[in-house]
Amino acid sequence: MAAIEMKNIVKQYGDGFPAVNDVSIDVADGEFLILVGPSGCGKSTLLRMIVGLEDITSGDMIIGGKKVNDLAPRDRNLSMVFQNYALYPHLTVYENIAFPLRLAGASDSEVDKKVREASSTLELDEHLERKPGNLSGGQRQRVAMGRAIVRNAEAFLFDEPLSNLDAKLRGQMRTEIARLQKRLGITTVYVTHDQTEAMTLGDRVAVLKRGVLQQLATPRELYENPCNLFVAGFIGSPPMNFLPAKVDGDSVELPFGTVKIPSEKAQRAQGKGLLIAGIRPEHFEDASVVDEDKVSEEATFHAKVDVVEWLGNEAYAYIPFEAPPEVEKQLQQLERDLDGESLRTQLVVSLDGASRITEGDDATIWVDARKIHLFDPSTGENLTMDVERAGTVPGGNAMEKAEEVGRARDEVQPGSDQPAT
Amino acid sequence: MKGKNAIGTWIGFILILLWCLFPVAWIISLSFKSVSETAVGSPQFLPEDPTFENYTAIVDNPDFTRALFNSFGIALIATLLSVIFATLAAYAIARLEFKGKRLVLSLALAIAMFPVVALVGPLFDLWTRFGLFNTWPGLIIPYMSFTLPLAIWTLSAFFREIPWEMEQAAQVDGATSWQAFRKVIVPLAAPGVFTAAILTFFFAWNEFVLAISLTSTTASRTVPAQMSFFVGPDPFNPPYAQLATASVIVTLPVIVIVLLFQRRIVAGLTSGAVKG
Repeated sequence: MAAIEMKNIVKQYGDGFPAVNDVSIDVADGEFLILVGPSGCGKSTLLRMIVGLEDITSGDMIIGGKKVNDLAPRDRNLSMVFQNYALYPHLTVYENIAFPLRLAGASDSEVDKKVREASSTLELDEHLERKPGNLSGGQRQRVAMGRAIVRNAEAFLFDEPLSNLDAKLRGQMRTEIARLQKRLGITTVYVTHDQTEAMTLGDRVAVLKRGVLQQLATPRELYENPCNLFVAGFIGSPPMNFLPAKVDGDSVELPFGTVKIPSEKAQRAQGKGLLIAGIRPEHFEDASVVDEDKVSEEATFHAKVDVVEWLGNEAYAYIPFEAPPEVEKQLQQLERDLDGESLRTQLVVSLDGASRITEGDDATIWVDARKIHLFDPSTGENLTMDVERAGTVPGGNAMEKAEEVGRARDEVQPGSDQPAT
Repeated sequence: MKGKNAIGTWIGFILILLWCLFPVAWIISLSFKSVSETAVGSPQFLPEDPTFENYTAIVDNPDFTRALFNSFGIALIATLLSVIFATLAAYAIARLEFKGKRLVLSLALAIAMFPVVALVGPLFDLWTRFGLFNTWPGLIIPYMSFTLPLAIWTLSAFFREIPWEMEQAAQVDGATSWQAFRKVIVPLAAPGVFTAAILTFFFAWNEFVLAISLTSTTASRTVPAQMSFFVGPDPFNPPYAQLATASVIVTLPVIVIVLLFQRRIVAGLTSGAVKG
């Protein structure tokens, strides 16, 4: 077991495009770290640099206090679970799991002991003599994990291990991985593009965009104090709402009305002109189901509800609005960064299941003004971020430069900055 | 409609089978006829008086057994070398990016397209000078060279099918590049290796032009060449029965090999390696 330190890691491809740009992350011994971001953000590349399958252009990769930049994968003693599992089809499950031990020259009795141990942990006992081709997706996934845990590796690396499974199995395996990691207490780096996996599994989450680390923080910190529009839009499902806003004193003017925000937040956003307000869907509520002492003129607005999706425990109401071109452009760029495609600017409001609002209603919506974030539309920076509770926010030159490169590329050919992973 | 189709398929199937197997049947029947029967010109298909005398005669013929030994030796060694070299070359072509990769591939193709006959003269000249004329290596080298291109193309296609992750997984598991190649890639490419081996073996086994031109005695003459020396006493009346017997014996190993390796050439060995 070992800590992994990444110091100013850069990966530049032949054409000069930095797939990973000046990323510094310390993973403590026994920590579960998630690398998350939309496709092409460099998260897999970073993982492959840790394991040694990809060369490091510059920067230091230190595992267990030892610089490993120039070590071959086999000398780093890490174990990895690949996205497509990469099981050896010509070997039985037993031999697949035993493979790393056999390479290390372990005796037959030791191999047998360790393989049986791993297989009972992963409930693979009855499949040991089968070939991977005859197993289901979930079983293959477990064999791949068995191969990873069978030897005493310094750390586990997972490259989107659940993306090939169906939704139900994915949930089960997610819990299984979390349980396994807690039990074995081994340093783990886990790559995913799924924000649910990132939030549920990680001790800390590193959000990447275009090869640049945006924010490194605990899931709670990311959720409550996103450092910029990108992180705010990426973390949370359904995603955060972004609305054009103007701050005047303590009140914020939104497309539907004006609400009052805490003065310390308002102060930091004074005199900035047009801003983007970020409000999570769950920070809205049907005013009729909120405690009366909370509801006030300053925190409610009226709006016509377009569509309602009722899920039983809650309901999502959609309220379209018009955004000024300045904000709209920024929001469209954000959508592109998030791999999404927004058709219209709309507000998603999460309502209590007891709410009686239906489609076409002119509803009274209450908003929890304390939870509003305000973003600078030109830089995307969160003006109301609580710096002490936001983990690590690197920022700096690299970020802006990557933005420029990315934008230039988008103009030529959208999505061309996504190398095949 | 379905029944009609099935009948049509069977009729076509039987026609093709007859077309292909009739000569083989003819040779087998011929090999059981006595010399007297073939000398008079035999109008009937089945031998009137089946006899094993041709088989005993040919097994007792030291020239033929020696040629058979040469054939086996030369074909097996050429196959082995060709497959080893082709595996290494194909792996490099499939996995590595290097300058002149396309050149290597097109050169290999060019060699395969080059007519063998055109090389007989120069090779004869070279071999007599190097002392390779009428030796095993004298045949093994050209056989290997002519089969390498096909083997390389076949194998590199197989290697390309094997996902990169297999190897990377092996390397992360602690394998050296060589171990990853030997323990993961080669077993996975086994069907390709066997296909290449069989093609090479058949080429070397059946080859005639080089075998007759680059040999002078039974020290290295292979069966196809040796058979052309079965002339008998009367030049206008070759010993058909004996020739047919030799053909049957030469064909047997080929059939056995195909049946043996058929099991190994199973497509879809890689299924289950990755999801899909």
